[in-house]
Amino acid sequence: MEFGLSEDQKLMQDSVDRTLEKVSSLDRVRKSAEAREPYAADIRAALVDLGVPGILVPEDEGGMGMKLLDAALIAEAIGRHVAPVPFIGTSVMAPLAFTGAGSPAQQRAFLPKLAGGEAVAGVAISERGAGAREGAGVTASNGRLNGKALFVLDFGGADFYIVGDTSGGLHLVWGDAEGLRKTQLTTIDLTRSIGELDFHNVEAEPLVSGDAQATTRRMLDAGRVMLAADTLGAGWRMIEKAVDYAKERKQFGRVIGSFQAVKHMCAEMASELEPGRSLIWYAAHAFDEIPAESSLMAAHAKAHLSEVGRFVARTATEVHGGMGFTDLLGLHYWFKRIGLDRQLLGSPERVRQDAAILQGWTAA
Amino acid sequence: MDLAYGPEYEAFRQEVRDFLAANSDKAPRRFGVSRPSDEVVAWQRLLIEHGYAARTIPKQYGGYGAEPDILKSRIIAEEFANARMPMGIANQGVSMLVPTLLELGTEEQKKKWIEPTLKGEVVWCQGYSEPGSGSDLASLQTKAVEDGDDFVINGQKIWTSTAHAADMIFCLVRTEPDKPKHEGISYLIFSMKTPGIEVRPLVTMTGHAEFNEVFFTDVRVPKKDIVAGRGQGWFVANATLKHERGMLGDPNQAGSRLKEIVELMHRETLDGERLIDNPLYRDRLLQLQARVYAMQFHGLRLLTASAKKEDPGIARLIVKLQGCELNHQLAALAIDALGELGVLYGESPHLRAQGAWQHRYMFDLGLIIGGGTAQIQKNIISERGLGMPREPKLAKDNAEPKLAKA
Repeated sequence: MEFGLSEDQKLMQDSVDRTLEKVSSLDRVRKSAEAREPYAADIRAALVDLGVPGILVPEDEGGMGMKLLDAALIAEAIGRHVAPVPFIGTSVMAPLAFTGAGSPAQQRAFLPKLAGGEAVAGVAISERGAGAREGAGVTASNGRLNGKALFVLDFGGADFYIVGDTSGGLHLVWGDAEGLRKTQLTTIDLTRSIGELDFHNVEAEPLVSGDAQATTRRMLDAGRVMLAADTLGAGWRMIEKAVDYAKERKQFGRVIGSFQAVKHMCAEMASELEPGRSLIWYAAHAFDEIPAESSLMAAHAKAHLSEVGRFVARTATEVHGGMGFTDLLGLHYWFKRIGLDRQLLGSPERVRQDAAILQGWTAA
Repeated sequence: MDLAYGPEYEAFRQEVRDFLAANSDKAPRRFGVSRPSDEVVAWQRLLIEHGYAARTIPKQYGGYGAEPDILKSRIIAEEFANARMPMGIANQGVSMLVPTLLELGTEEQKKKWIEPTLKGEVVWCQGYSEPGSGSDLASLQTKAVEDGDDFVINGQKIWTSTAHAADMIFCLVRTEPDKPKHEGISYLIFSMKTPGIEVRPLVTMTGHAEFNEVFFTDVRVPKKDIVAGRGQGWFVANATLKHERGMLGDPNQAGSRLKEIVELMHRETLDGERLIDNPLYRDRLLQLQARVYAMQFHGLRLLTASAKKEDPGIARLIVKLQGCELNHQLAALAIDALGELGVLYGESPHLRAQGAWQHRYMFDLGLIIGGGTAQIQKNIISERGLGMPREPKLAKDNAEPKLAKA
């Protein structure tokens, strides 16, 4: 019995973390956000060098063939550095779409490209995770798609999109397909690109080899675990920043970190956030090894980290006082990252409703 | 990550199961809160014989003498829980005094006290807190003045659970009033039958006397009944508190409470509708379910760290704070879901679960305060876990014992 990370996993996470420490500085993140870049190509290139996009792609398709726990460690590092790079859609959900529902030919055509970082895939299944707003939804008939998909993940700069339709099917749509209208959505978080796809008789290639319905569920579970891990990384960085600030900032002739009011805020943040790490590890482990618990644990990880993440984000900001509220300090990049994580693929109430359905506590 | 225990441990698990199946008739049905009954003492002997209690205590002191193996300890706990069989005695003597003597006692003290304590023949109480010394325990004022071969003790202790039933007390007293407060304390062990000791029950908000106050008037204790040296009491006490905090905030307790609430919400109705069908109560249940899972997996993580002799750092420091709070919130949900039925207590008609939820809700507040208050826990987490500075010390802190003498 060993509930923890292997030496290899620790080394892998550390190497991603150290790379991002160098290439994803606050200055770089700010530049990317202010320029509204679809993503920061140099940071993406550094991650490609480490093989990050191939984390979940099978080895014989050019990837590393690793597990969701490994991907969660990367998501945590990316959240920690608020890195403006595509990951959850292109490197986690899209590979799962191909391995779960793609034909051998589709797998061969797309997986090596995703693994090598030569292609970016957006993912449009948000309505399945968060429910449909404004009547969004995509219908498929005779190889053509109509309707709209909101909150498409890894939207900007995507070469193609994996699109879920309202009857549970999955499709591949090229970014330059005729009849496809792409609209960037501006969220609070300018470190990730989110968008809308409008389909007018758009040609699409269905993923038909496996069970598309079950595959969509897997993509959703994996995506939820990644968002939870992103919040864990961003949240801990906020706690560290708050603690560092409290050790330096002086008022009433003392560093504010020596006041119990401030110390207790920091202790509460750490106490609330840290058990979430074990929940994420377990959910990620269950995704690959304990299928019966996979969806439930993913839902709980997502909802729980959303709740404690919000608490950490606002409390860490308060510890920084007025400075925390400024743009100058840049703390808000982490605050907003956590804010977006919370709403994507289902806000906590919605996700807990899923958890209730999964346990037979209410009807679907 | 490997959640399987492997063949050696599964074989051990089977041994425990076989033992439980073969001996279920010998298990005591009721565990008293004070003195172990004959039934409990006999069960304890059987458990020690098989290594399911006092497992790692050396044989020469009455234990089973196994090498520490935290996974085997966990398997024992899991199997006893699954079979709904009581574990061995876990009173303050077994949980706190025995590890302290093992670490710091003389050979004579170990020989004399550990075995009868393990066997349930000697019951101990803990004399630490005083009315004026709670969170600031080191300011304690119970005096022990040297007189010939004895110390003569005067003062008062509070929150002494089981004092009314205890044979012995391990007690912190001030032997060195001139020294700075942490250096003037000694740790004494003595009989509760010594003349000059008076025990008064302390009734809490639950309506029960779970604790006592203990008064000492010219109580004579031989000087040799000190653990470690004079002035070493603070160091000894910290060794003991470490063992106490390990007992509080157990995530398995939260797990069984959650199960009870899930059953309750499937059974109880409101306006003819099951509580589990009410989306508001259900959402609160789900929020707490995630927290229970998080703390259980957090427990597995700490277990793994202990097995590998790694220091989990801040991860261990948060357990008491989070675990006690979670248990309290679970009790609160059960009460709210029961609505008006949730306030029934004592011997009332329509009472649910013998009033356990209200009792837990109140008693848990005691646990949040006791064993280091939530606020003291937050100081520890921020100072030792996050490296934040201590509150600036008041200059008069060190002088307090001197003033007391005058």
